[in-house]
Amino acid sequence: MTLQQQTLQLGPVVDRDTGHFRGDHLLVAEMVERGSKVLDVGCGDGDLLQLLESRGIDGRGIELSREGVNRCVAKGLAVVQGDADTDLVNYPDDAFDYVILSQTLQATRQPKAVLENLLRIGRRAIVSFPNFGFWKMRLQLLIGGHMPRTENLPATWYDTPNIHFCTIKDFVQLCGEINVKMERAIALDLYGRPLRVNLPWWFWNMFGEQGVFLLSRAEKSR
Amino acid sequence: MVKVQSVPSPVTSPAIHADERLQEADHPSSKVALFGADQPLPLDCGIDLAPFQIAYQTYGELDAHRSNAILVCHALTGDQHVANVHPVTGKPGWWETMVGPGRPLDTETYFIICPNVIGGCMGSTGPASTNPATGKVWGLDFPIITIPDMVRAQAMLLDRLGIETLLCVTGGSMGGMQALQWTAAFPKRVFSTLAIACSTRHSAQNIAFHELGRQAVMADPDWHGGRYFEEGTQPHRGLGVARMAGHITYLSDAALHRKFGRRMQDRDLPTFSFDADFQVESYLRYQGSSFVERFDANSYLYLTRAMDYFDIAADHDGVLARAFRGIQTRFCVVSFTSDWLFPTSESRALVHALNASGARVSFAEIETDRGHDAFLLDVPEFFDISRAFLQSAGTARGLTGRNSA
Repeated sequence: MTLQQQTLQLGPVVDRDTGHFRGDHLLVAEMVERGSKVLDVGCGDGDLLQLLESRGIDGRGIELSREGVNRCVAKGLAVVQGDADTDLVNYPDDAFDYVILSQTLQATRQPKAVLENLLRIGRRAIVSFPNFGFWKMRLQLLIGGHMPRTENLPATWYDTPNIHFCTIKDFVQLCGEINVKMERAIALDLYGRPLRVNLPWWFWNMFGEQGVFLLSRAEKSR
Repeated sequence: MVKVQSVPSPVTSPAIHADERLQEADHPSSKVALFGADQPLPLDCGIDLAPFQIAYQTYGELDAHRSNAILVCHALTGDQHVANVHPVTGKPGWWETMVGPGRPLDTETYFIICPNVIGGCMGSTGPASTNPATGKVWGLDFPIITIPDMVRAQAMLLDRLGIETLLCVTGGSMGGMQALQWTAAFPKRVFSTLAIACSTRHSAQNIAFHELGRQAVMADPDWHGGRYFEEGTQPHRGLGVARMAGHITYLSDAALHRKFGRRMQDRDLPTFSFDADFQVESYLRYQGSSFVERFDANSYLYLTRAMDYFDIAADHDGVLARAFRGIQTRFCVVSFTSDWLFPTSESRALVHALNASGARVSFAEIETDRGHDAFLLDVPEFFDISRAFLQSAGTARGLTGRNSA
């Protein structure tokens, strides 16, 4: 699989002493070139932005919750209150080198439109999302007969903000449909550790707890 | 003109005499920078104002690199006395919660400058100042001024003080308008902008409230077409009513309800008269009468007019983003949930324009029921945000902190 052979060698990313930062954040930060300009959509409490700024990256954020925004601004981060579904349209083309959507795609109303906007605003997009094809999910639905709940997705079906779950396979298919080029793809296990790169897609789709994708615009067909 | 009749004088005569205020208009109890006939201030109305003066206060010390200066712009009825006892009222400065040692605008780290605006009445040239051409008070002969005029005058003051670049320009309400105008007009001189409870243009509703206030002043027979100093009178009833109306817009329904409800003032039953039966009436009358002691009625007309005319986008083909194109200034925009004078939607429009300009912008909406006035009050979340924004701007500018002075 050529795509997976392009992926980063990830061993050192997780082994490096990086203190309190989350595994998927470290992975994302590793994908971003120094000195670039980044928009983090759904930046939460700003942990990823702080990590990026500590690495000399010009980071900006959008966050839906007022509490999250205010905590970010109180950390000195450039974050505005906004909604990925409605506010990305206000950003001009090519405003950023990277736009990051971390664990937020499944909570948007229009994932496809959001994805298209990410790659309009940014020259590249980094998208991570929980893989609904993860074996624990499948097992709970198959054997338990109820909507899956996991350590990382503990909400019940009736109070979850996650309204558009997808599998790694679904996401790859969407990227093909909207003419997005996948530069790198990585699946993480339940503990945020990357799975080996030379495994087949079906294995990732079964054993990856989340997927992290570095995307760019495919050449326009004329 | 609207006539206000048969209201049993809600505002009592001021305890502080007009002479005392008039004294401040020409000879302020603060620092003052004089600009001679050779240094005119070109006004938007086409007139060159000269000579003129700017009264200002400073707090803290300018560091060796002249890099820690913060310009505080005051609101409609504020003045340069940010963090010291007011020379006329004897009350604490209007932003002592925000400015001082250990405060968000820490006077041990930053050099704080606050000028009285042109058109004001606390020592910068305005309608209450003496017109050097006639030896009389300017009154309505004073030219109409705008927010850009105020900012242009402040830039001349900073030139005089030898400050090329501000670490930050900040202010709430009309002060926020000046901060935004500063950034649009002199982007290279402003490293960061903290714009609070403000807007890039004055809304129709806000113009309407200002017109109400102006008509109240002009309807007072003691106004005498603006020549009240010559007539030896003061339009304190009209100005008091204007202040009462204005004050309502600075609060919120929830805040008024929490503070006063329908409670009676020093009585249990209604008097069946037009006395101030309700606490809220008594409070408003007090606000009106204490205001007229320290503020000039004509100055109120001029400054409300300046706010009415404010519209940054209009100076850039109606496209706000063009005003901030390519800007390097760091922005922090703050609004308050219960502010209906400068609602969050206005701040959001500014943030959208700044995003479109690629500016580095933070935007926080603070939850409070205290209305527009929240920016003057003790709101810890607002202080935390302001402090962090200034610290991150200082770090980016290379300020080394307390010992840099």
